Amino acid sequence: MAKVAMVEAIAMAMAYELEHDPSVVVLGEDVGVNGGVFRATAGLQQRFGKDRVMDTPLAEALIAGISIGMAAQGMKPVAEIQFSGFIYPTVDQMINHAGRLRTRTRGRLHVPMVLRAPSGGGIHAPEHHSESNEAMFAHMPGIRTVMPSSPSRAYGLLLAAIRDPDPVVFLEPTRLYRLNKQEVDDNGEALPLDTCFVLREGEDVTLVSWGAMVHETLQAAAKLGEEGVSCDVIDLATVAPIDFGTILESVEKTGRLVIVHEAPRNCGVGAEIAATVAEKAIYSLKAPIERVTGYDIPMPLFKLEHDYMPSVERVLKGIRKVLEA
Amino acid sequence: MKTVATFEIKYQQYLDPEAKLVQKKLPKFAEDKDELLKMYRMMSFVRVFDTKAIALQRTGQLGTYASCLGHEATHVGIGAAMKPEDAFFPMYREYGAQFMRGVKPHEVLLFWGGDERGNHFSGPQHDFAWCVPIATQYHHAAGAATAFKLRKEKRAAVTVIGDGGTSQGDYYEAINCAGAWQLPVVFVVANNKWAISVPLSAQTACETLAQKAVAGGIEGIQVDGNDIIAVRDVMDHALDKARSGKGPTLVEALTYRISDHTTADDATRYRPKDEVEDAKKKEPLIRIRKYLMDIGAWDAKKEEKLLAECAEQVDAEVKLYKEAGKPPVASMFDHMFANLPEALVAQREEAVEEASHHG
Repeated sequence: MAKVAMVEAIAMAMAYELEHDPSVVVLGEDVGVNGGVFRATAGLQQRFGKDRVMDTPLAEALIAGISIGMAAQGMKPVAEIQFSGFIYPTVDQMINHAGRLRTRTRGRLHVPMVLRAPSGGGIHAPEHHSESNEAMFAHMPGIRTVMPSSPSRAYGLLLAAIRDPDPVVFLEPTRLYRLNKQEVDDNGEALPLDTCFVLREGEDVTLVSWGAMVHETLQAAAKLGEEGVSCDVIDLATVAPIDFGTILESVEKTGRLVIVHEAPRNCGVGAEIAATVAEKAIYSLKAPIERVTGYDIPMPLFKLEHDYMPSVERVLKGIRKVLEA
Repeated sequence: MKTVATFEIKYQQYLDPEAKLVQKKLPKFAEDKDELLKMYRMMSFVRVFDTKAIALQRTGQLGTYASCLGHEATHVGIGAAMKPEDAFFPMYREYGAQFMRGVKPHEVLLFWGGDERGNHFSGPQHDFAWCVPIATQYHHAAGAATAFKLRKEKRAAVTVIGDGGTSQGDYYEAINCAGAWQLPVVFVVANNKWAISVPLSAQTACETLAQKAVAGGIEGIQVDGNDIIAVRDVMDHALDKARSGKGPTLVEALTYRISDHTTADDATRYRPKDEVEDAKKKEPLIRIRKYLMDIGAWDAKKEEKLLAECAEQVDAEVKLYKEAGKPPVASMFDHMFANLPEALVAQREEAVEEASHHG
């Protein structure tokens, strides 16, 4: 089995669904001949034709809106938004229509679409290309928001997202697109949505993260492991709705919680996790909950991007604070 | 400089406001008086329904309601030209088109009465529900048309916005894509001259809204939206064209919003009275009724009988609306997802439990 990077695993998942489900189509800007600016749709149009892999006009609201129209008429569109900062024109369509069509028609119409987009910083990209906007989608009722953190989870979660009968926003950390190749079996097996993945088990502290930050979090956990501190490391994976069962079980065991995310802190997904743990497991806590996050500023241009993003050192500092409390 | 492109916009009208035929040859459907009567009856029914809905709102028995007074020919013309397998993407006052497609009047009342069950309406199940965010439905129609084209189905999507909607980016994005992909879709602009309080002159410098189609590379036609024969004729043309793979059309239907924008609006604050009085003389029912009388297909007695029948039907629908009651609290949650996440299961229990305390 060949090792693949996350971006290749994503293309594999789309190819698998295009091959096995005639209602699946891929659409977006430059997804055809060009194979996507990040190459996530490389080779798909050559293999499946222009009717299945469609270059759209350059209009993001259109991409989301026509996906809703197609999905409600029995297709399964997998739409790509080219860069993270270009996703905002889709918000109107996603919140006003994708997330509420099923409930407002009391189940008569539904929207089995996936809105894929790159997410996060760390690759020295131009302005508006490094945004972390998962909290915005997580706040929208009726929409699932998923962020993979490895090639195999990207493959399995994207398959699940495409097969899900409801809209899924699938945010792919660009920093991971070509890092940490993994063996991925192209067997069409989906991973469960609405479920966290426990990546490392420990007793002393629970670390919750998602997307690219899972890697800094794992590195911090490994470093602490050398010092005799053991960590539960949880990859949230489905950012909304959150699998609180797994998180609460872990916090009840360890009594300590550190949440790590790249997005701004204010009203970030970490706030929801912290609030729920405070509501449901505060008596298990031995220390205040700590968040290690991006700052409440626009993602800076790349000379300063690493000063914005939580580093392994910042994650370690946050964990030590909780351990020493 | 030389001219590299020019455009012209055609205007279609058969019956002028005095019910005089302005063209010698009628479209084929209009030679069949039963076909005209069918549309006239629906226009009359819509008028009676609309009047009743406003009365219900004024007496506290309905929420805010968007009247269709004056738009009957545009809406019924759209509905008459569509086939059940076509898909409709309305804004929020196209009841005439929807009744032609099997939506029940009490379902319209349910929606404006604050009940999502109104959106689970009768008629073609693939039709979209009312769309309040202006012009966003143009994308949905383009998307549905994409699905029809990819599946090689002889179906078309039809969508409606008002004149204000043509100022939205969504409007242009959708017609542009439909042009590039030659989609089977008909984009209707019901130009009723007013976007709430903003007149068309403040909305655009264009002489017509149909010419905005030129920017999308698609055909744009202007039609007298108060002339049911002209609307039906233009819609037949646009739909035949769409279903036979010849691409999209933009239809600008010239009409007038005789009513307030909604029952929450008071148009006397911003609209000249004489303009409204003039529009009332040109409204769509007068001219088709006069035409039908002129050709001997209609008379005062038939009119009286029709209005009595319409009133009776509307009363029966109002009864159904009033009997519907409040939907179950759990229904707010039940259709959020096919597979309800745990957190929502818990919130549903919480809401149901809470509601059980106050009956």
